Amino acid sequence: MRTTLHVNGKLVEVDVEPRLTLADCLRHELRLTGTHVGCEHGVCGACTIIVDGQAVRSCLVLAVQADGASIQTVEGLAGGDALGPLQTAFRRHHGLQCGFCTPGMLMTAHALLQAEPEASEARIREVLSGNLCRCTGYVGIVKALLDARSAYARPHTREAR
Amino acid sequence: MKLPSFDYAAPSTLQEAVSLLGAHAGSALAIAGGQSLLPMLAYRLVAPSLLIDLRRVPGLDAISVTDEGVCLGSKVRWCDVESDARLRTAHPLLAQAVTHVGHSSIRNRGTVGGSLAHADPAAELPGIALTCDAQIAVAGALCPRTIRAEDFFLGPMTTALASDELIVELRFPAWPAARRWAFEELARQRGAFAIAGLALYYDLRDAAAANVHIGVFGAGPRPQRITQAEAALNGRVIDEQAIAAAARTASATVEAIDDVNASAAYRRSLVGTLLERALTRAAQG
Repeated sequence: MRTTLHVNGKLVEVDVEPRLTLADCLRHELRLTGTHVGCEHGVCGACTIIVDGQAVRSCLVLAVQADGASIQTVEGLAGGDALGPLQTAFRRHHGLQCGFCTPGMLMTAHALLQAEPEASEARIREVLSGNLCRCTGYVGIVKALLDARSAYARPHTREAR
Repeated sequence: MKLPSFDYAAPSTLQEAVSLLGAHAGSALAIAGGQSLLPMLAYRLVAPSLLIDLRRVPGLDAISVTDEGVCLGSKVRWCDVESDARLRTAHPLLAQAVTHVGHSSIRNRGTVGGSLAHADPAAELPGIALTCDAQIAVAGALCPRTIRAEDFFLGPMTTALASDELIVELRFPAWPAARRWAFEELARQRGAFAIAGLALYYDLRDAAAANVHIGVFGAGPRPQRITQAEAALNGRVIDEQAIAAAARTASATVEAIDDVNASAAYRRSLVGTLLERALTRAAQG
């Protein structure tokens, strides 16, 4: 089926089987292999991307269901070769080791901090509970998010401080 | 696993969706958020010939709050319930329960209709619907009908919904402002399926409990009411003695299953504990 997607600001058209998940469409049709696929049934969170502004699991969305949607993947987080502020914070706080869960962590965190730039540590931990990491013990990831919050602060909240 | 092969349709009216379901009765399935159905497909526990996507069907995503109660359209997502401030007073039990559904990225797509139709015994919404005497409005090839929650959930992943019927709306009766209520759930980790969960409410008449409703999910093969504990509490002041007696009754009468997460005996004991905590919390107001 012909399906139109806006991926990281670019309009793309793909012709896919209805059974193809959005995760596999991104990886295999569009060669955006930054999105990782772990469990393929919505448990691990590794494939989390942002669809129409909200974090979703791309293994639990059919590509055909996303027809017309705006999609942001981890490839859309950096400006060329320069890491974005969230990625820089992950690096600074050792928020990754093997890196498998990292794209999903980053996209979950990006959606959260865009919507709630002043999220508390408890709120950050609650939202991250949907993403499994088997290396870090999460402490570095939580620190990275806490540190990255200032980069997402809205102008008026910055003034208020 | 990769999903089995199927055809796909995205009709633009409810009537079209229903007639497609009817034409493929038994082999077509409706999909909205897909947060339960896609894992079922990935496990190949279902293999429909046709998926009917409801994303273009209008009019199923409204939350209405009136004197009659709260109505949730079948395409209302968990995140819609969470962000609707009216529900915190119009139905605080529902609002609280929904925060326990999966994780935030699941709640961004999962829907009311999907949860009801999937009928996982450990799911929160079927438990809340049963506890609160909710009604499920469905559309079908014949005439629309309304099914009481107590008649809807038949067993694990099994409902009274016919293969050519679609859920349109979930209707909760009005919620008095002074009502006492509580929600308790135990899961291995946040967002995981409940080993058991419990919802309750009652109204106060001359300091005594009336209209006591206690519902349990996750413990048995389908959500259940704990009617003997309800009867024992009706007309009584909710004090320490009444709470302990009700907890014992709940443990003794709840239908509990053995599975990989917990034994039936553990679940029976847990339901007693959850009822004790819930009644204590509700009594504090």
